[in-house]
Amino acid sequence: MSGDATDGEAPEGTDADRSDDGFHFDQARWSDGDRHEPLSSEKHTSEADYDDSPLPDDLTRDGLELPKLEEPELARHYTRLSEMNYGIDSGPYPLGSCTMKYNPKFTEDVAADPNGLVHPDRPVETVQGTLSVLHGLQDYLARIGGMDAVTLQPPAGAAGEFAGVLVADAYHEHNGDDRSEIIVPESAHGTNFASAALAGFDVVSLPGGDDGRVDLDALDAALSDDTALLMLTNPNTLGLFERDIEEIADMVHDAGGLLYYDGANLNALLGRGRPGDMGFDLMHYNVHKTFATPHGGGGPGAGPVGVTDELAPFLPDPQVVEAPDERSLSYEFETPEHSIGKVHGQYGNWLVLAKAYAYIARLGDDGLSDSSAKAVLNANYLASQIEYEVPYGPFHHEFVASAGDQDAADVAKRMLDYGVHPPTTKWPEIVSEALMTEPTEIEGKRTLDQLARAFNAVAGESDDTIESAPERTTAARIDQTEAARDLRLSWHALED
Amino acid sequence: MNGRETAGTPYAPHGDAETRTMLDAVGVDSEEALFDIPEDVRFDGDFGIDSRTEREIRAEMADELARNRDLVELLGRGHYDYYVPSVVDHLADRSEFLTSYTQYQPEVTQGFLQALFEYQSLLVELTGLGIANCSMYDAATALGEAATLAERVRQTSGSRVLVPEHLADGRREVLANYVAGTDLVVESYAMDDGVADVDALGEAVDDETVMVYAETPTVRGCIEEDLDAVGDLADDADALFVLGSDPVALALLEEPASAGADVVVGSASALGLPQSYGMDLGLFACREDFVRQVPGRLVGASTDADGRRTYTLTLQTREQHIRRERATSNICTNQAWVALRAAMHATGLGADGLADLAKRDVADARDLADRVHDVRGVQAPVHDRHHLREFVAHTDQPAPAVVDDLADEGFAVHAIGEHHVQICTTGTTDAERDDFVDALAEVAR
Repeated sequence: MSGDATDGEAPEGTDADRSDDGFHFDQARWSDGDRHEPLSSEKHTSEADYDDSPLPDDLTRDGLELPKLEEPELARHYTRLSEMNYGIDSGPYPLGSCTMKYNPKFTEDVAADPNGLVHPDRPVETVQGTLSVLHGLQDYLARIGGMDAVTLQPPAGAAGEFAGVLVADAYHEHNGDDRSEIIVPESAHGTNFASAALAGFDVVSLPGGDDGRVDLDALDAALSDDTALLMLTNPNTLGLFERDIEEIADMVHDAGGLLYYDGANLNALLGRGRPGDMGFDLMHYNVHKTFATPHGGGGPGAGPVGVTDELAPFLPDPQVVEAPDERSLSYEFETPEHSIGKVHGQYGNWLVLAKAYAYIARLGDDGLSDSSAKAVLNANYLASQIEYEVPYGPFHHEFVASAGDQDAADVAKRMLDYGVHPPTTKWPEIVSEALMTEPTEIEGKRTLDQLARAFNAVAGESDDTIESAPERTTAARIDQTEAARDLRLSWHALED
Repeated sequence: MNGRETAGTPYAPHGDAETRTMLDAVGVDSEEALFDIPEDVRFDGDFGIDSRTEREIRAEMADELARNRDLVELLGRGHYDYYVPSVVDHLADRSEFLTSYTQYQPEVTQGFLQALFEYQSLLVELTGLGIANCSMYDAATALGEAATLAERVRQTSGSRVLVPEHLADGRREVLANYVAGTDLVVESYAMDDGVADVDALGEAVDDETVMVYAETPTVRGCIEEDLDAVGDLADDADALFVLGSDPVALALLEEPASAGADVVVGSASALGLPQSYGMDLGLFACREDFVRQVPGRLVGASTDADGRRTYTLTLQTREQHIRRERATSNICTNQAWVALRAAMHATGLGADGLADLAKRDVADARDLADRVHDVRGVQAPVHDRHHLREFVAHTDQPAPAVVDDLADEGFAVHAIGEHHVQICTTGTTDAERDDFVDALAEVAR
């Protein structure tokens, strides 16, 4: 099977000025007839043979046919697919609330160390190195968050939220305090609502104030004897710091509730503020965001949870602890006294955790602090350079612009033609036609200026132009409605 | 290469003059002035974390991980060490895959979307079910999600979830946490010599049962012999039949759909992922009519404005970012990159290669059990069944002592009771198994 690197046609010219130092963006298009890169199932397949099965017929399948690509074909298939994909190594990726940072390559080597690639049920004395790294990361995260104890078990941010909610629930129940409600600001990440509901709580949605922050009167009205938890992101999804955080913490605590910190935006605070110091009782860390472990096309991540001493007895089972002096071991496992049990079959996503440890060690105090400084500088600088309206402020690591009369989704598609990944669109809903933008610390002024040029070029373009975008990408505008109406979720469905 | 050991992060490219220019453009004197944090809650201490160079960290972590003992692992119970060809590492580590985010802009992420579409398709073929999602965290959380799915799709008033008496602790505990917020109650049904006791299950299933869970192979490595009967019992009670398995087993064993399975969960990380201290890939496949209730992400085919076939995330209105507390699950970040690896490995093997792995597992387990049985002080297999990969052996000596002594000899097996050990053949060579039998003969007497 052969394919040319492009379909042979030069990309159509656009309104973008391609003579300046902006990005010139053309993705590979692999073609075979009128298709893109064929599916593996359209290349070669093989059938299994059960005649020589060591099992009786009634225990085995009747047949199986699957794609089979010999190694050279396999290499080309996936190399082509990779060339049809955009990552942070491809260019700027300013997705608000997603914190797409550059991932240092050495962390991949560290995680791939064969001595760390071991079975999870090994005797504890044979995995002291693994436990040492895990214990080290628990310690780093506790210091960074101002927390007393950390579990590394949750395999993603939302899994961390769920674990945190279970911990809070167990804490209240242990105190004979049956609380059924969790308060979540309307601007919070959708996972907060879903995690609270999954744990069986009623969700009380908290409307925002005129300044985009928590409205203390609305909070007062929402709080009650049923309040188990307030889940707060700070800075919030508009990029705004909740300046009344001490008062918010007092109000929640006076009502008998606990205060939960959603760590998705922790990148804006490193070395400048710690959730524990602000009155938060528990939090999760998105190590795949804040500590630059690659997102891998949507995962794996890891969502460690930090808690105060009061909540530590309820953490998932087990915790990595230092072994008592009289033992020959350095580290061992311990079941917290009132543990909620497990939230992952084993210990979570080791490869992600190892990378996070290495990343934090590379940066250290000064680097962590400087990464926040540059992330905040970048967000404010970019916000000052774009022509779209940017309400609220001052901003921390992200800002939400409004596309105004333009459709934010069309703006995003058109930005692809200018060689950049667009911001998160249409969310949070507080800002109409939202363009939620987070450049992170890794972009220098030149890249930010190019991003601003892309924003500003699209801002001046007609609806006709942006509605027909993108033109330079692997695929032209994709019909989302068709995908949902005529569901084709496997290659079987394509054969019909 | 930025070898800078400055006070700043090595991954921000700003020079001092550049920073100055940007601060001027924003209209502030310093970066500090941009932090809108009240004095009382500002952090002005330090973490006490020393910055090290790349070279130092690599050496430090290599030294730490070298403290892990070098053991031949004959460990299974849900985590299997199939050799992952180098080509999988090299292709999956291509940075366009590794450093991308969720495919919210499908026009620039066709490559990953197609790979995930192929992953879903492989699971559809292996399970015989209509749809598969593009990953859960692990087998335990996939089981938890299956239970909450059962609660949503069963219109009955019942609340009972039946699981096997023999179930990995992690799966049992995670399931308990997933149903803690529902009305569901988890109960166990009896096993008979390593597999489901169908008579006991028949007595346990009633109108209040919303889900029956079985595994093949079981946690003790036995192949379930009467999945059709389990499926019929679930069906008669209008309960969901959820089957736990993995892609290698599915390449050989009876197709779940033909045994009446409504949902298949389990671990797909037997393919593509080396042992990673329990990091996993949860598989989730189900009947097509549950499509609007399935947890996690789905990739569907569509067309673009030029009429070409393309792929995109679809039915996102089920998910937490749209439906919030009414979402089908809270999962957002998933295990997409591990699914990519699994698809690569499976596609390199093909149906014949996958089935060959499973056939060899059956033969190796049978052969090793016979040889272990010949060791004085050991009887194997404890269960008189067909096994895949692993089996339980009885030891006359206390099992924990046998396990400790074997570790001293360089081998790891599970202790699962006072006089039971569990032994898995996957990932070991003929020579390693020979040495293991010799070592066992030394320690088991």
